[in-house]
Amino acid sequence: MGSAHSIAALLQEGPRVLNVGVRSFTEALAAAGASYLHVEWQPPAQGDPELSRLVAMLADDREPGSLGARMREANDEALRRILAADPVWEDVRPAREIWPEMDDGLLLHAGPPIHWEHMCGPMQGAVIGAILLEGWASDEEGARALAASDRIRFSPCHHHGAVGPMAGLVSPSMPMFVVRNTAAGNLAYSSLNEGLGKVLRYGAFGPEVIARLRWMCDTLGPALQTAIRQLGGVQLKPMIAQALQMGDEAHNRHMAGTSLLFRALAPALVRALDDRERVAAVLDFITANNYFFLNLAMAACKAMMDAGHGIPCSSIVTTMARNGVEFGIRVSGTGDRWFTGPAAIPEGVFLPGFSAEDAAGDIGDSAITETAGLGGFAMGGAPAVVKVVGGTPEDAVAFTTMMYSITWTRNPNWTLPALSFAGTPTGIDVRKVVDSNLLPLINTGIAHKQAGIGQVGAGLVRPPMVCFTEALRALADAVLGGQCT
Amino acid sequence: MRTIDLVLTNRYQDSVTLMQVAIAVRGIPGIDDASLVMGTEPNKELLREAGLLTAEGEAAGPNDLIVALRGGDEGIAAAQQQIERLLQAEAPASARQREAAPRTLAVGLEALPQANFVLISTPGVYAAAEARKALQLDRHVMIFSDHVSLEDELALKELAARRGLFLLGPDCGTAIIGGVPLGFANAVRRGSIGIVGASGTGIQEIATLIDRYGQGISHAIGTGSRDLSREIGGSATLSALAALGDDPSTSVIVLVSKPPHPDVAARVLEVAANCGKPIVVAFVGADPQSMGSAVSYGESGAPAPVFVSTLEEAARRAVELSTGTPPAVESIDMSAVREIAGRLAPQQRYVRGLFSGGTLCYEAQLILRRALGEVRSNAPLAPELALEHTSRSIGHTCLDLGADEFTTGRPHPMIDMTLRLERIKAEAADPEVAVLLLDVVLGYGAHPDPASVLAPAIEAVLAAASGRPPVVVVSVCGAHSDPQGLDVQRRRLAAAGAILASSNAAAARLAAAVAAREPQLAAPQQ
Repeated sequence: MGSAHSIAALLQEGPRVLNVGVRSFTEALAAAGASYLHVEWQPPAQGDPELSRLVAMLADDREPGSLGARMREANDEALRRILAADPVWEDVRPAREIWPEMDDGLLLHAGPPIHWEHMCGPMQGAVIGAILLEGWASDEEGARALAASDRIRFSPCHHHGAVGPMAGLVSPSMPMFVVRNTAAGNLAYSSLNEGLGKVLRYGAFGPEVIARLRWMCDTLGPALQTAIRQLGGVQLKPMIAQALQMGDEAHNRHMAGTSLLFRALAPALVRALDDRERVAAVLDFITANNYFFLNLAMAACKAMMDAGHGIPCSSIVTTMARNGVEFGIRVSGTGDRWFTGPAAIPEGVFLPGFSAEDAAGDIGDSAITETAGLGGFAMGGAPAVVKVVGGTPEDAVAFTTMMYSITWTRNPNWTLPALSFAGTPTGIDVRKVVDSNLLPLINTGIAHKQAGIGQVGAGLVRPPMVCFTEALRALADAVLGGQCT
Repeated sequence: MRTIDLVLTNRYQDSVTLMQVAIAVRGIPGIDDASLVMGTEPNKELLREAGLLTAEGEAAGPNDLIVALRGGDEGIAAAQQQIERLLQAEAPASARQREAAPRTLAVGLEALPQANFVLISTPGVYAAAEARKALQLDRHVMIFSDHVSLEDELALKELAARRGLFLLGPDCGTAIIGGVPLGFANAVRRGSIGIVGASGTGIQEIATLIDRYGQGISHAIGTGSRDLSREIGGSATLSALAALGDDPSTSVIVLVSKPPHPDVAARVLEVAANCGKPIVVAFVGADPQSMGSAVSYGESGAPAPVFVSTLEEAARRAVELSTGTPPAVESIDMSAVREIAGRLAPQQRYVRGLFSGGTLCYEAQLILRRALGEVRSNAPLAPELALEHTSRSIGHTCLDLGADEFTTGRPHPMIDMTLRLERIKAEAADPEVAVLLLDVVLGYGAHPDPASVLAPAIEAVLAAASGRPPVVVVSVCGAHSDPQGLDVQRRRLAAAGAILASSNAAAARLAAAVAAREPQLAAPQQ
């Protein structure tokens, strides 16, 4: 092959050296005036030699037609589709209209698949709340019995093109944001954000929680439906871009996003609805909830990542989601298979009266934002978020910088002023995670481990490495088995 | 006295750094023993054997750093307090810079996209994977690490050859390309003599002698200790010879190795003889005559290869071919040799060589065998000459202290003299020992001041009250510009009472002459 680095050129130009291993070898390089860089190398795959070899077998390759080159093409294509995605919020519809089978007792939840008996406290609480909302049982005891019976089926939101924060519970009556990727036509859905405090997504199911949900079904959902249909849709990609420039990271900070949405929505609502009190109630609700934009951002990210899913040989992560017990990822080139590991307890800042002792395991589909390059990945542009999740603004910049080394590219549409308008790190590459031992960093809310108490804090969490090592093995089986040739 | 293991999780450090820190920790008052290793299974086994493994250390993983300490309470407390500072001191960059530094080869190449060469010195079990990544990204590779499987070496060298890239190593200790020293290498001047070799210290000895003869090196290309085996077939050697043949800055080529597999030797010599440039072949240990008859010459019109049997001769002939004039021959003062030999008691008959360079040890054995007969070794000329116990020398013995059995879990003797100092003392106490024969290797990567450690040990040997001390003969493999300073090192060793020889071969000849009381053996064979 025509090598840019022939042996003759090496002898003529001299070596420009990447030093991998013993640091003191750089002393001679410096003394000779050679150009060099020392790598802070660590054994890949947390020291597992066999996995280290696998990473090398699948590593990037300049030779056209090689396995590494084909994987690069697959990843380029995945990222082309992800970055080309144009998610537009175009409707609000009750879940039962989207998935008619839900009325037969189907509930959607966050994260990888899980059965009732294995669910964590907050998710069980949310299930109870959802059953009470639907009127399938009249009290907690009845709801628990029903949930444990075979009359209720559970399925991950992600299996239905949907995402939900924290417990991520979706029942048939709930209004859903409908987001279309107008570039490829695929749809994504998310529930509507209930606000903070005692809320279903954190496992609360008291009367005030059910009452609020009912209002959302009866008033908020239809009002937003009318408004958005009149507006003809809201483009979410530029709105997120603006929010990032205004200091959001679009996972745990939505001050800007929610305000921008309010600005777009308020005139439409006023025009669409005759009942001034109803308009005021809807706008009050959005105003009171700094997280209102979260669910739309999640649906936008889901629409983007689904566009890049299912490309043979691609090592790009298209899903990261947690159910409170397990963390699960899915990879573009390995289809709909989940790779799971135990969910960690997030580290962070706790609300007064709570501590890490009270925290539930990592939970929610909101890590779809990190999967798409937001949240923890965009922290460097959101210094204020460290007040919520802990750390310093310098840490936040360092986190974003680190994420560049495990991602495929930078998103030219989403840029961070604080990092000289660098694009957000986008497209987690399973190979790079295993090679570097660097895990994705996720900003997250922290739920109380018991059902019904709600949020106790916010912080940072990382997936278990086993998700990525198992995904790498599966990918290796597929690509070395001939999927790429 | 107690033993504790501190475990610093996810804190990978290279072994050279850890050994340097361990030496500093052992110097803390109240510390009896200390070891710093990454928590791999082989390392934990070493700690277990040393009685330094606790339950905490047992639980550590390969990316966790184990600081094993044995000592009194105060010593351990002091060590615990200082360990972080000592580790930081070995890493010149600030913690934040380290955080921002690339952690993988691929990210490193993104940060230095113009890099054309990757120098790999990771633990051997990971080295092949790193090398593959670099080759796939179109970079030349040198693998300093050893313990890479033959199968991996073959696969990597095939990949490199297909792509027109260098894969030097594994177990390639030295290279100098375009004046840039890689791995253990000397600060030799640049010139027109190119060296290709499967032997690290062989290359260093030839390069430094050429430097001392006033000439310079275009490129010195190490190919890895197994490159000329039948299995590998000389892949890296062949591409290095071809490259030097085409290289306009190279006018003479030296090929150095222990004797290759005969099939491989034939192929390599064929290419060497037809590369269009004068070539000197030093297959140390092979019979030059039989080698010469194995070559068939092409029609390049190039002169026939010059076959030599010592590294010194290789350097001399290369200089002669390059300049037309051989370096001046050093005159041997026969009466001085006689005088030195005369200091010995009649029962002092044996030579004991303690080497840090593998090829230097091998070359010394060849010279001593010719003059004195059987020489035993841990790296012997023939299997029947292998020492049964490497801890006990018999008759004439040469030890390669850089061999695996001496370096597992310990720094190389070019860096850490501890083992050699112990052995010097032990050999000197043997009333039958006539000569202690030592090599000292200078250059980047080697001990920063070997004479500061060896000179006091030599003084102690020579000042021993009981009996007559042996003669200490030393050769220093180094260039004038090496960071340790060749002249300073030689002066210091001479002041301690050592007799300095001009090359490794000259040192071995002198040792033989003294041991045999035959001064003429000190002269080079013609």
